[in-house]
Amino acid sequence: MTTISDSEPHARPGEGERLHQIIFLVLAGLLLVAPFFVYPVFLMKVLCFALFACAFNLLLGYGGLLSFGHAAYFGAASYISAHAAKVWGFPTELAILSGTATAALLGLVFGALAIRRQGIYFAMITLALAQLVFFASVQFKFTGGEDGIQQVPRGKLLGLLPLGDDRTLYYVVAAIFFAGLLLIYRIIHSPFGQVLKAIRDNEPRAISLGYRASRYKLAVFVLSATLAGLAGATKAIVFQLASLTDVQWTMSGEVVLMTLVGGLGTVFGPMIGALVIVSMQNYLASFGAWVTVIQGCIFVICVMMFREGIVGKIAQIFKKPL
Amino acid sequence: MKVRLVLAAALLAATSLSASAQQLSVKLGVLNDRSGIYSDLAGEGSVLAARMAVEDFEAEKKGIKVEIISADHQNKPDVGSNIARQWIDQEGVDVILDVPTSSVALAVNQVVKEKNKIFINSGAAASDLTGPQCSPNTVHWTYDTWALANGTGTAMVKNGGNTWFFITADYAFGHALERDTSAVVVKAGGKILGAVRHPFPGSDFSSFLLQAQATKAKVIALANAGGDTINAIKQASEFGVTQGGQALAGLLVFASDVHALGLKTAQGLVLTEAFYWDLNDKTREWSKRFAARNGQKMPTMVQAGVYAGTLHYLKALEATKTKDTATVMAKMKEMPTDDPLFGKGEIRADGRKIHDMYLFQVKKPEESKGPWDYYKLLSTIPGKDAFRPLGEGDCPLVKKG
Amino acid sequence: MFELIGIPPQALFGQLLLGLINGSFYAILSLGLAIIFGLLNIINFTHGAQYMLGAVFTWMLLQYAGLNYWVALIVVPILVAAIGVVTERLLISRLYDLDHLYGLLLTFGLALIIQGLLRNQYGISGLPYSVPSQLTGGHNLGFMFLPNYRGWVVAVSLVVCLATWFTIEKTSLGAYLRAATENPTLVQAFGINVPRLVTLTYGLGVGLAALAGVLAAPIYSVNPNMGADLIIVVFAVVVIGGMGSILGSIVTGFGLGLIEGLTKVFYPEASGIVIFVIMVIVLLVRPAGLFGRAA
Repeated sequence: MTTISDSEPHARPGEGERLHQIIFLVLAGLLLVAPFFVYPVFLMKVLCFALFACAFNLLLGYGGLLSFGHAAYFGAASYISAHAAKVWGFPTELAILSGTATAALLGLVFGALAIRRQGIYFAMITLALAQLVFFASVQFKFTGGEDGIQQVPRGKLLGLLPLGDDRTLYYVVAAIFFAGLLLIYRIIHSPFGQVLKAIRDNEPRAISLGYRASRYKLAVFVLSATLAGLAGATKAIVFQLASLTDVQWTMSGEVVLMTLVGGLGTVFGPMIGALVIVSMQNYLASFGAWVTVIQGCIFVICVMMFREGIVGKIAQIFKKPL
Repeated sequence: MKVRLVLAAALLAATSLSASAQQLSVKLGVLNDRSGIYSDLAGEGSVLAARMAVEDFEAEKKGIKVEIISADHQNKPDVGSNIARQWIDQEGVDVILDVPTSSVALAVNQVVKEKNKIFINSGAAASDLTGPQCSPNTVHWTYDTWALANGTGTAMVKNGGNTWFFITADYAFGHALERDTSAVVVKAGGKILGAVRHPFPGSDFSSFLLQAQATKAKVIALANAGGDTINAIKQASEFGVTQGGQALAGLLVFASDVHALGLKTAQGLVLTEAFYWDLNDKTREWSKRFAARNGQKMPTMVQAGVYAGTLHYLKALEATKTKDTATVMAKMKEMPTDDPLFGKGEIRADGRKIHDMYLFQVKKPEESKGPWDYYKLLSTIPGKDAFRPLGEGDCPLVKKG
Repeated sequence: MFELIGIPPQALFGQLLLGLINGSFYAILSLGLAIIFGLLNIINFTHGAQYMLGAVFTWMLLQYAGLNYWVALIVVPILVAAIGVVTERLLISRLYDLDHLYGLLLTFGLALIIQGLLRNQYGISGLPYSVPSQLTGGHNLGFMFLPNYRGWVVAVSLVVCLATWFTIEKTSLGAYLRAATENPTLVQAFGINVPRLVTLTYGLGVGLAALAGVLAAPIYSVNPNMGADLIIVVFAVVVIGGMGSILGSIVTGFGLGLIEGLTKVFYPEASGIVIFVIMVIVLLVRPAGLFGRAA
């Protein structure tokens, strides 16, 4: 039975590094000029979800672990970040950090529980734990129920740079995203990443070679949760709102979709997937329920004919890992 | 380069010409739920209502060019506030209309206030919109939780329903509705026997109905909306709740809900609404025109509110001859309102639109003469009594005194 | 003693009986899902949408063809099962050699499509469907008033569950099926048409979901979203019962109904998530589920 990783072009370590460096440079360039052509708030939404999808892909594409409850880290971080900025009066960067730290903690606890099981059972545990987070979000007073936490102040970065202007905030968000992407790239292309891929491809063999598989799996789980939390915490500041949508299981489903469309197990895939899905939701907003139908069709088409995703397909054509 | 200069000059001349011809150009955005639980009570019908207002007002002839766009907020505050922001920043929308679902309305209220545009809300229930969250840019038309609580609560206690049990949706809106109604009931001399909170959204209410039956409360109040209310009413009929002598009070029920339930199930339900198509000749005339363009579905009070709100805005626009937000808002509050749907009324300093509210009861199937003939009027609550008094709302715009 | 808990015994029995009734739906739905997963290794996320199709088709049959509930009870499960069979042949069967994940994603996508299309067509307020006249009214059992229809639901689900369990565990057809799942090549070598068996089994599972939908139409609001939130609960039931175990999912389904019923009395807000708490505990203590065979 083929696994998810089989769709990824097998790469030797170090191959394609040149190409990747060029891609990073081009990406940086695009990020710098984009707000002059495209509505900055839309771009920020894409970047937050792109980071979320990249974080998720770290766990699924490289760790081989399908989590159905990633919204828990995204949403919990979003709530804490919003609450810290609005009620505790934290400066913006500390608010985002608090959110991220919460996600990391949650990732540690949930991860420790979930990795004891494999496959579909692992996925179901993550789903169940995410539902508990959802329930807690509804019950706790500070989350505001379905109103969410509204009117979150954008504040000033490091007490100096006012973030009220969309374009200024955009550059901050772009920097956060770029840093996150670089971090993920480094993780994947490090000795840690290599062991991770080995565990994903054949866990018993990796264990027989002396690697403590559960330690590695927990580590990547926490990393993935933390970065997902960073995305959520940033999102709360950008939209000045944290709501139940962020912790619902449908949000977990959406991030799977973004990663699948972009390309599972590729570095640059999830970001493209996020761009596609967020754009689609944006421009088809007036069509109501058709968005659901179209998303469903994309799922079906991707699974049946397009398993590598957009970037995966490109990587296959050019025979270079992406 | 020269061509560009000439073009620019021509444009400048053209715009100055149009300014002198007093051509106003406004863009209205109807933002509501087009695919979820509130899509039937607002949805496309609200867009139609706005269009009818523009047509009936003959805006073109009066030199006002109106463009109407719409979008689906999916009952999510993040989606709603995003669309509102994008509409104002990118599409040049001047007025946002409708917005049912209180959580979204509050978020949109904030965005519109920040960007200094106008928000005429017709769909949401949150009384906070004219309370702590009130804004000089917002008009809250149609109804709110206070008016509903006051209408149904007071009336039922007066009719002998002095013991109450609440079945409440476990989220902020449900809690608010329960809280407001409890206060009214206690004030009118009634007693609250208990309440049970069900997860939102719920599907099976049999357990909660059983608990309600066990308390023998005279009134079982449903502090929820949409699908939850419909389900609860359906199951109440199945368990013989009303046959057992207890009255069912739907705290937030729309004509579209009754249509979905059918009279056999919904008969006897007591509810408060701001508008009913069959109330008088004027409402009948308008509603028939509306239904002809709306697949023979009669308008709900939310859709009526969009029509009336748009009409009043256009009247203010005509009078002030400018789009400037502060000027137009002041005019809307200064001019008394008068439309065929809500009759005469006014907009208060806190943004609250005042008009009569009506207490209805759902007819029995044999009492109904045709499709959509659902309600009989029990009483009319005059505008001055129907809404929360001006000073009690904690609205910063209102000077206490 | 019961007064100490704060609720008189009669009320408790009433709630337990209601819980049992809800458990019937969980039992039929998780039975269908367990058959599909346990025997075919397909994670059928479309199950909720198929349940909803059962209810919607029941309404349509009355609305457009004037056919009543009793006809629907037979016709609708077969109709929806047929649709299921077509999707299995065209789409799902191509994914058998791949990771489970893809089957899950495909069926999730199909569910979105079905739900979205029906939502566009019929809106979300719910389509009215009344209890059939032969089953209206009820009996006063002393501790509560039991509508006849709800009693009917329990009876039907018990019969269906037992019949299905019997077929799979005790008949030769069931034996072929179980053998085919464990070793398809060998069974095929014996001359049994394994792909056809698989397709029919998928159809059976889907038919069960649709049957639950027909049963639900008169009492729950028939709307395109009715399966969406139910599906993850049903998955939890199957996982707790043990992914391969038919008996496990039946028992857990009824059991969950009872536990939910109790939760609604003591801590109603949590009645939606109590299943997930139980699932986490069970998965950590007995990973294969309560009745499952260790993989």
